[in-house]
Amino acid sequence: MSAFRQNVIQPIIDLWSLIVGLKVTGKCFSQKLITVHYPRETIEDEDLDTYGGHVELVGKPKDPATPKCISCMMCVTNCPSRCLKVVKAKAPKLTAEQQEALAEAKARGEKVKKPRAPKTPQKFIYDYSLCSLCATCIENCPVHSLRFSHTMYWATTSREELKLDLLARLRRQARRKPRPAAKES
Amino acid sequence: MMNAIDVHMLIRLIIAVVAAMAWVGINALVLVYCERKFAGHIQRRPGPFEVGPHGILQPLADGLKLMGKQLFRPAGADAFLFWLAPMLSLLPVLLLFLPIPYGPMLTAMNVSLGILLILAFSSLNVLALLLAGWSSNNKWGILGAARAVSQSVAYEIPLLLSVLAVTFMTGSFNLSAISTSQGAWPWQWNLMAQPLAFFIYLVSAFGETNRAPFDLAEAESELTAGFHTEYSSMGFGLFFMAEYAYMVVVCSVCTVLFLGGFRGPVADGWWWFLAKTYALLFLMIWVRWTYPRVRFDQLLNINWKWLLPLAVFNLLATAFVMKL
Repeated sequence: MSAFRQNVIQPIIDLWSLIVGLKVTGKCFSQKLITVHYPRETIEDEDLDTYGGHVELVGKPKDPATPKCISCMMCVTNCPSRCLKVVKAKAPKLTAEQQEALAEAKARGEKVKKPRAPKTPQKFIYDYSLCSLCATCIENCPVHSLRFSHTMYWATTSREELKLDLLARLRRQARRKPRPAAKES
Repeated sequence: MMNAIDVHMLIRLIIAVVAAMAWVGINALVLVYCERKFAGHIQRRPGPFEVGPHGILQPLADGLKLMGKQLFRPAGADAFLFWLAPMLSLLPVLLLFLPIPYGPMLTAMNVSLGILLILAFSSLNVLALLLAGWSSNNKWGILGAARAVSQSVAYEIPLLLSVLAVTFMTGSFNLSAISTSQGAWPWQWNLMAQPLAFFIYLVSAFGETNRAPFDLAEAESELTAGFHTEYSSMGFGLFFMAEYAYMVVVCSVCTVLFLGGFRGPVADGWWWFLAKTYALLFLMIWVRWTYPRVRFDQLLNINWKWLLPLAVFNLLATAFVMKL
């Protein structure tokens, strides 16, 4: 009897699941669409907070046009795609007058401090065409100067345009609107 | 010497075949659009949207694209059979539309064995699928063809038996006669007298037309495209049109047999026929985007262990009741 029930009655009862399936898709059919018609509609900026676009620099809290970056080269060293290029700033060249003053002070036996190179990099070039968005640079940055941008709608017609000068980009961003620095964790 | 009646019949036939061709083409366009829109909305996306308002010209653009593609035959394929198959798939379709009564007067040819004609010629499609798969010189193709044949042969039997149950009741193979034997209101349709036959017919129809969830002959994830893997351009286009045409035929026959055909409340006419046929077609599309594909052993088990015994039982019960 139980075999009869299992092989004959149960499959007939299970036919109800077909109706349930149709109900599920029927309900979805009548609901509102959840996709966005891209060229006509775009996603609101606040909804893009979780979107990980290309890598960008984070500005100093008090000076958003200057990155927190200390040119330690950790990102460049760790990047598996070699898409970052950082050029350290050089120490400022002393004029002849300053050099003389320095030499004099040294002769007087004073402790001389040569002007040192600023930590902020001179160049920060990023090649998005190579980047795999692995976030290794972001994780390895000791001062949290890198993060994913929220740029979603970016398209170019040539590979060259995918090379970004992140310093210039940061300056532009600071001029436009100071975005709050990402939460430091 | 041809007499006037012969000429009259010939002209009628030519008009009917041309109209059937147009009807097949229009249906293919409309159904492709509906199918993609349905699929989109069920998955909560818009479906085709860019070509024309709400993407309404998308199937037309797709058709033009298909026609513009190169006709390609793989090396080692049997050229004659390879090109014969798509034509053999589509050509019988034109005949299938002739005996279908769209309205009280709107029948191309009032054939007294109409339903037999449809069942006989729709079986040619299986041969076309087999030829296509066989001549492609492709493993997916031959697998798809083998599946199509065993599936169609299996599902044709319960389909025939369920149709036979209805013809037992009306005592006629003439589709017009079957239509008029039913009343205008839903409770006067054969559906009420033969619910089991209707169910069997519907399930077998999915199997016969190779539609999901029984689309094993062209299971994308297993066989890329099954029997039409190697077809490009309109070679594929013809199969595609034939598939949709067979859907329309199957649903039209279902409408005639079980849903009263052109009979309907207020006024009989082609509008009721079209409404019912399209309701069935939409059900087919809905089902396709709801159920997952069955396994091949499941497919055959459903047929041999369920549909066939039920259909035989239903037929015997009908015969018994009719004799009482």
